[in-house]
Amino acid sequence: MVSFTLNGKPAQVDVPDDTPLLWVLRDTLGLTGTKFGCGKALCGACTVHVDGAAVRSCSTPLSAVANAQVTTIEAIAATPAGKAVQQAWSAHDVPQCGYCQSGQIMSAAALLAKNAKPKDADIDSAMSGNLCRCGTYNQIRAAIKDAAQSLEKGA
Amino acid sequence: MGDHFTPARRDFLKASMVAMASAGGGLALGIALPRPAEAATAAAFTPNAFLRITPDNRVTVICPATEMGQGVYTALPMLVAEELDADLALVRYEPAPADPAYNNPMIFGIQVTGGSTSVRTFWKPLREAGAAAREMLVGAAAKVWKVAASECRTEKSRVVHVSGKSLSYGELADVAAGLPLPTSVVLKTPAQFKLLGKPTKRLDTAPKLDGSARYGIDVHFDGLLTAVIAHPPVLGATMVAFDDTAAKAVPGVKQVIALPSGVAVLAEGYWAAQKGRGALKIKWDESAHAGLSSPAISKVLAEAVSKPGKVARDQGDVAAVKAAKTLEASYEVPYLAHACMEPLNCTAWVKADSAELWVGTQSPGAVQQMVKTVTGLELDRIKVNTEFLGGGFGRRFAPDFANDATLLSKLSGQPVKLVYSREDDMQGRYYRPASLTRFSAGLDASGRLLALTVRNASPSVMEATGLMKISDSGVDFIAVEGIADMPYAIPNLRVEYARHEPGVQLWFWRSVGHSQNAFFLESFIDEIALAGGKDPYEFRRTLLTASPRHKTVLELAATKAGWGRPLPKGVHRGIALADCFGSYVAQVAEISVSKKGELKIHRVVAAVDCGMTVNPQTIQRQIEGAIVMGLSAFLEGKITYKNGRVEQSNFHDYPLLRMAQMPKVEVHIVPSAEAPGGIGEPGLPPAAPAVANAIFAATGKRIRTLPLGDQLKG
Repeated sequence: MVSFTLNGKPAQVDVPDDTPLLWVLRDTLGLTGTKFGCGKALCGACTVHVDGAAVRSCSTPLSAVANAQVTTIEAIAATPAGKAVQQAWSAHDVPQCGYCQSGQIMSAAALLAKNAKPKDADIDSAMSGNLCRCGTYNQIRAAIKDAAQSLEKGA
Repeated sequence: MGDHFTPARRDFLKASMVAMASAGGGLALGIALPRPAEAATAAAFTPNAFLRITPDNRVTVICPATEMGQGVYTALPMLVAEELDADLALVRYEPAPADPAYNNPMIFGIQVTGGSTSVRTFWKPLREAGAAAREMLVGAAAKVWKVAASECRTEKSRVVHVSGKSLSYGELADVAAGLPLPTSVVLKTPAQFKLLGKPTKRLDTAPKLDGSARYGIDVHFDGLLTAVIAHPPVLGATMVAFDDTAAKAVPGVKQVIALPSGVAVLAEGYWAAQKGRGALKIKWDESAHAGLSSPAISKVLAEAVSKPGKVARDQGDVAAVKAAKTLEASYEVPYLAHACMEPLNCTAWVKADSAELWVGTQSPGAVQQMVKTVTGLELDRIKVNTEFLGGGFGRRFAPDFANDATLLSKLSGQPVKLVYSREDDMQGRYYRPASLTRFSAGLDASGRLLALTVRNASPSVMEATGLMKISDSGVDFIAVEGIADMPYAIPNLRVEYARHEPGVQLWFWRSVGHSQNAFFLESFIDEIALAGGKDPYEFRRTLLTASPRHKTVLELAATKAGWGRPLPKGVHRGIALADCFGSYVAQVAEISVSKKGELKIHRVVAAVDCGMTVNPQTIQRQIEGAIVMGLSAFLEGKITYKNGRVEQSNFHDYPLLRMAQMPKVEVHIVPSAEAPGGIGEPGLPPAAPAVANAIFAATGKRIRTLPLGDQLKG
């Protein structure tokens, strides 16, 4: 039995400790917004926040999040950075197939929570772990810059 | 592929407008076929298979094409909304059920999304559907107000009378449902369009921002088991025996089932299933292709083009040409995987008297037919729910994953979600074919191109799909598409094809034959231009005098990119052109190569002529996205075999373009009154040759084998 905080609420799950957080979220808890892409932390589709940091849930065993704060795409709107990112994503109409976008949004929100004015190189480094087969990278970059601006105005 | 299969389009309006009594009282009008989506919506005006108007004033467009990122859940509703004069903010999309009413006459006549056909196929029928509904709504208002229909107009989902009074479509839906179907409708002229041709935001963005969009892999209900399959590690290997003792001991594992395609483990959740698979002991007979290797395939293809092949085109007499200068080169590309971001998956629940599937598929129609074959159930007992596709690119038209999910549910008696791991997906065959092309050109003393002989050797994707046949003359026209029908005016041109089948399962891959043939042809055209001392852009122009649409996009791309004007130090340009799926695209790539041989792609300027446009935003994004996919293939994309095994398994050894590598992209659209062309695929083919030609300009090194890999290093 592992206890952690999931999207602000206490969660307890009774599955083997080595189960990746991704499958706990998707299969045990039914939160399917976090996506399976590669299983090897190579594509970023499964990105969630653990204690505010972007992590790849496919390669994070359940045991590693005991007593931690886990936030998924379903609740990221509750954070200022997450909300700003979602709004900018909407304004730029970023998604195509959309499958990678949960992970993209989670990586972008983690970046902006730490770095209010990311430069292009910061965006490259924070976002290059997130693949997009549809090729929405330029829209993602523009949306991150807009989200940073709206956070600055709101602050 | 759409270009190779265009039988006469059947009259959708006529075929779909069959009145029937609705189950919920009153009269709804619709196709005379079982439509699960309709059953729950009794109070609705459903003038045809493509739309429904409900009293809440919502218009729901039932989309015959499936959404895999290409924007059809926006473009297709726009077609209806334009003629209906609907307020797009009140329009929703709904995936069509599997039903012949939604067949695609451009692709095998089945219900399938592919070949960049969605707008081309449904441009007219969906507009007719909207126009017919509009006419009936006007008739309903005239009846309610007891006025002449000619005194009424429509705007923003309302019928407005000359007096100023108005009723919403929702308010009129009931009355409209009681009116006769119009026998013919008048469509707007392009000058009357309010919506078509204007950049429009997608209708499906919101659920893709908060995790609520449901893809096939997200289907989740009580009792659903997850299955993974241990596929043969070697191409064509068969299972001899297996021991599942340890697998069945894994907590959560419920059943182990042998299939023709491998050994499946069914469990409570993916993690238990894949752990169970890891514990299987399987003995395979690997003899069929145990010796297969990519270098050997390359060797056979190279030998094949040293001999004459089957003739795909023969114009003039290449053998009779006395050239002052000759030029010869061979180009080669490897197999490619589609690598959709959402690993392949399908959920199936086969019961005694019915079956239901939930799947991100490009072809609900083919899936339904497959379920019929596997289960023996009649089509009206088989429901196919189309979920969002996390990428398709052709792969989600292949039958393997839905077929095996259906088999597993049938054999286990349980609802089963079959999930491919990334490794299963990457090694799951159904690849873009490897292909090799040899060119020989003859030039006169002034550099004019007199003769071109082209020999392609490759396996046949037409035959591999089981859906098409190569021609009586032995030519797979997909293997030579874009080359045999090239736009360049060359007095003596011969194109030949040699088929070679190493045994790898092939499939359609975004832009199909064009994906490699534009790289071949546009690179070699560059070689010819430079060998004759000509500018590659001007040289192409001289060969395009009889191809105005090609010439226009070429000139637009060159002009917008500033062709001929100086670039920053170290930056070089390349240009390339392609036409496919009814559209024309030219691209100029700007690149630099560092002293260490690192390539940086700074910018790609694209020009596209896709005829009349529906949603320019989608056109821009599809061209940009296709460039990204083309560049991923160019830079690192390869599936190779060694001892019958695929050497690549995941994104570390099948890398895709990442954020830090992303060039700036500009897309310029040629204003056009021509019929709409396709847009999902045409942006891909020119990307690789534009960059390859720029690399030559920068380094003098001609890239003739893909992927680029380390060819610029050392």
